[in-house]
This record gives sequence, structure tokens and C-alpha cells, in this order.
Amino acid sequence: MIWNTLTYTGWGRVHSATAKVARPERTSTLAAAQSEQSAPAFGMRRSYGDSCLNDGGHALDMTRMDRLLDFDPETGILEVEAGARIGDIARRFAPDGWLPAVMPGTGFATIGGCIAHDVHGKNHHGAGSFGQHVTEITLMNGGKLQKVGPSKGAKLFRATVGGMGQTGAIVSAKIKLLPCKGDVITVTERRIENLDHFLEALDNSQSTYTVGWVDATAKGETLGRGILEEAETGYGLVPDAKRAKSVPFNAPKWALSNPVVRLFNASYFRRVPEDGRTSVKPITEFFFPLDKLLEWNRLYGKRGFHQFQCVVPITEATVLRVMLDKIGREGLASPLAVIKRMGPGRAGLMSFPMEGYTLAVDFPNRGAAEALIAELEEIAKNAGGRIYLAKDATLSPAHVRSMYPDVAKFAKLITEIDPNGAYETDQTRRLNIRSHA
Amino acid sequence: MTETWIILGATSSMARAFARAVARDCANVILAGRDAKDLDASAADCRLQGAPFSQAARFDARDANTFAPIIESATALEGMINVAVFVGSMPTQDQIDADPSLIAGTVTDNYAGPAAFLQMIAPHMEERGGGTVAGVGSVAGDRGRIGNYVYGSAKAGFHTYLSGLRNRLTRSGGHVVTVKPGFVDTAMTWGIEGMFLVATPDKIAADILKAVEKRKDVIYTPGFWRLIMGIIKAIPERLFKKLSV
Repeated sequence: MIWNTLTYTGWGRVHSATAKVARPERTSTLAAAQSEQSAPAFGMRRSYGDSCLNDGGHALDMTRMDRLLDFDPETGILEVEAGARIGDIARRFAPDGWLPAVMPGTGFATIGGCIAHDVHGKNHHGAGSFGQHVTEITLMNGGKLQKVGPSKGAKLFRATVGGMGQTGAIVSAKIKLLPCKGDVITVTERRIENLDHFLEALDNSQSTYTVGWVDATAKGETLGRGILEEAETGYGLVPDAKRAKSVPFNAPKWALSNPVVRLFNASYFRRVPEDGRTSVKPITEFFFPLDKLLEWNRLYGKRGFHQFQCVVPITEATVLRVMLDKIGREGLASPLAVIKRMGPGRAGLMSFPMEGYTLAVDFPNRGAAEALIAELEEIAKNAGGRIYLAKDATLSPAHVRSMYPDVAKFAKLITEIDPNGAYETDQTRRLNIRSHA
Repeated sequence: MTETWIILGATSSMARAFARAVARDCANVILAGRDAKDLDASAADCRLQGAPFSQAARFDARDANTFAPIIESATALEGMINVAVFVGSMPTQDQIDADPSLIAGTVTDNYAGPAAFLQMIAPHMEERGGGTVAGVGSVAGDRGRIGNYVYGSAKAGFHTYLSGLRNRLTRSGGHVVTVKPGFVDTAMTWGIEGMFLVATPDKIAADILKAVEKRKDVIYTPGFWRLIMGIIKAIPERLFKKLSV
């Protein structure tokens, strides 16, 4: 097996790793690579922080193992290789009336990545997390294949879903697709004047897909203002999704400076008429709005950016105001800020979701960003909330312990499976995951 | 009427991308190669991408006994028969210098094997009055270079063969496209240093498909390689022999 020395990053581009990377295209070459050297696997590297990094070590690039293996139209169960991208699956099956039950905010995420981070989507309040719709995972551990599922091999399954690759390489999986009416989506957008209205609107939403965009630069009476999007799939004819454009180079610092972001956000808010509007779009435009702009992470310049994403229990919703207030004062936020109501659904020991509200905000990596994120993490922890490891590059070992109640169980299990720490990543080392056993 | 594509060397990165592209266009595919288990997975993928019929078949360029069953499967299907040849092997020049007997295998994998297969299937294509052969050669076949002239000479032989086959098949309505890819990001080139302007297998597959539709004779993919190779071919031998490009 050829191990190619590469320097690579996650989506946020703040941290990078130099590792020896193998890129198997077949199960047999994956097995050959793993029997030479067990290593953590990564996919499209759409996680923001360091969960895909293994600086100074080895890693497996799974993106070439991306085939559809089987689909049963009776049950809607699709068997697919781990490197397949969720957006490709949606585009392939939606015209036939099927959609992955859960889709994250980017269609470039791989099935392996969706499982390893137990991702959620705009329907989490109803459908739960990605892992809840996985019926079987084929893992490769030290060159050996093993199948686990929610009933057979449940212990290992629950450590693999949301397990950040710590139980071995995910080779393929069976995922449940849900019937949809067609490949278009009807989206209703409404302006929301402030945070209280936002929480109320999220609580009252009856839609299958709901998500809120927040103007994280708004202060005072308009704190927490934004746009609520509610959507349902349907059948119809719309123009094809526009061809994706690319950000050709790293943007200069002023591109996302506070005055520019304030201006942008104000006009983005007013884009939606005062009385709201309903439009019909190709599904991908609603589910993966940023995929139209390839390499948009370059907008943050070469120093990259962080995304802070927490979830807090419903009873602690008031801390969102504290967080947004702090963010507004610092003037660091980018236009990307999202709020959502989450249901209780989660499928793994280390899954992120809990019943409550989740807030996600991007910060360019400069000045006080990391200090601000540390404060926000502290607030989330004190509110009994948690930080999403798929986005994280800054959390401390102590915080992960209080936020993830099953971390001890998880640590014990992965230490048994992988006593030498061959699947460790920069993130698990930073969080000292194995020490929590 | 549904067409059929026989894909030789179907486990390669480019072949996989091409198979998926023709499957999406609702062609039948026969995926021929040596790793049966892997080909089964690709065949399943092609079916789910839109191929009405897909099948894995054993093909070994060094074993002519594997040819006939593939031709039988293809002729059992109705419609035009097309063949895409992705088979090949590239031992390094150092390996060949150490063991010159590797040359015979290299020539078989890149030229003699696929040419023998095409020779066997050509009468069937003529009988059906059409069909296309897309033969993947290499820019390395355009000129003998110190770095890989054995591989290059096998590809050059294949280019000339394809040129002759084009001359033949065109008389019965068929066509042959000679494809000369530059650097492609495949399992074969993973980790090789000094590559530049590297193309994805999907890009190559799209270029080949376009060339097949437009009935091009010889394409370079990506297209700028025509320019690069034009320059390299124009260098007089007197000078070229001293270069190591």
C-alpha cells in the first residue's frame, strides 16, 4: 500500500496535520493498508476542527470507496460504501421518491462521516439523528471485517455511531431512506424580530424541516432576529439547481470584517418580505445552501475559522440570550449563524443531540475568537448543554467529561478495541478521551 | 435501443468513473477485470446508477481464455456493442532495468492483450454495423522518454493498433477513439511525486464520453495536453536525446 505524505486540514482550516495517507479504492486494498498500519479514516473532511486530523501519524482517505451496493424498494434500505456523499444519494434517489432520513447541512459529507459524527439535520425534532436510521455498519478493524447494528453488536454500534472513527474504519453501511413526494421542496421564509419570537416560532413549527438563520450581529431589542425557514418536500417542476461556483482564492481580512457582516446581515434579513414568502426550489438548494459555493471556507482567509455549536436544554433557553449578547458585543460573528429546535434523538454514546435548542455561529480565526468560544463553551456547560464534536477544535478534556455522560463507557470500550491508540486523532488526543475510562 | 459497454480493466479508477457515467446514461455494462469481488460491487453500483443490465466478468490481459466468455455475454444482448479499454500496467523503469523480462508482461497488459481482445470482437461489431471502441493510451506513448520508455513504447504500439482498427471499423459504421490522458489522480499515481495539473477520473470519463458522442479520433484529456505534447514532439531528436523530461 502506498502511503502518501500529505498536509491537510478540516473544513475550518485553523489546524492542519501532516500524515501518511493511504487512499484505498477497494475492500481488498483497504484490508492491505490496515494490516500494515491501523489508522483513523476520514472522508471529505467537512468536519470543522481536528476530528479528521492525525498529525505525524497515518490516516485513511475513504473518498474513493463510494459505491451504491444495494437498494430494497420494499424497505427503503440502501447499502452504500462509506465514502459516498449524502448529496449524491439525495440527487440519485429523490426523483424516485426517496430521501436519506437525515441530511446534514452539506451534501459533501460522506456516509462514514455522517455516522462517525452522528449528524443531525433540519428535521431532527421529528426524525432524530442520522445514526437512528442506520441498520447495519460494516467496520474494518485491523484488516478484519465486522458487521454491527442496533440489535446485533449493539455495544460496538453505539460506540461507532458518533464515535469519531475510534472503533475502526467504517467500510459500508445500510441506511434507511424515507419516502418523499419528489425532488422539489416548498420553503416558507418568515422574518423573526427577536430571540423570544424565534424560540416561540421554533416551538410552534409543525413542519418536517425547520431551521432558523440568526443575525448574530444584532443587538438590543433586535437581539436574536433572523429568518425562520420551514419546508416540505413535494412534486413539481423547477429549474435545475444552478451550477456551483468556486471561491478562487483566500479572501482578504476585510471581507468578513464587522461592518461588512452587519451590512450583509441587514440586507439578508430584508431579502425576505415583511409578510414572508413561499417558494419552490430543487431540494439540494434548501438542504445544502452553501454547496453552491465550492470552497467557501476560503472566504475566511488563510487563517481559517471556527464554528461554535452548542445545544442547551429547553429550560435553559435564556442562556442563548447571554451567548448572543456576548457574540454581538465582540463583533466577531460571520453571517453564518443558525438556530434550531432539537428533539431528544441520538444513537450513540458520544452523540451530540439532546432535547433543546442548538445554536451554531462561525467566527473567523482572529483576535479574541478563541477566548470568546471558551466563554461560550463555559456557558453551555453550566447550562447542562454540550458542544458538537464535529465542529470542535477548542474544547477541554474536563468539559467533554461533564458534557458527555457516557464518555467513560466509550473510553473503556475503545481502549479495549484499540489498546495502542492507532485510531487516535488530534481531537481525541486534545480531549484526552481515553483518560476518561 | 440500449447500448452495451464492455469495460476492460474495470477496477481502475478511470474505468470506474467511466462505467458510472455510461450507467447513468442507461447503457448496459460488462465490467471485466481480475478482482471479482470488487467488480461485483461496481456492477451493483452501475445497476443502481441506471444501467438496465450490469455484470462482472473475469478478464486477464495475459490469459486469452478469458476473452471469449465476455464476448458471448455481450453478443447475447441486443444493441450496439462498445468497448472501453482501461487495462494496463506500469512497472517503474528501475524495476524493468533490474528485470528486463518484465517487458513482455508490460507489452501484454498495455497492448497485446487488449488488441487481441479487440481483434476477436471486431467482427461482431461489424456485423451489428456500428459501435465504438474507446482505447485509453497515454501521453507517454507519444515519445520515448528515459523515465518510462518501455511503458511508453507499449502504449505507442496500442495507439498505432487503434489507428488501424479505426481505419477498419469506420467502413462498417463503427468508430475508434484514441484517448491520451495526462496525469490523472488514480490509485496507480497516488504518491508519485512531480505530478502537476492532475485531473480527476470523473473529468477524464466525461471527456471520453464527449469524444465518443462527437466521434473524435484522437483526444488528449485534459485538452491542454495536446499543446504540451505538441511541444514535446516538436523537439528534434538530436536535442531530445539529451533531455530528461
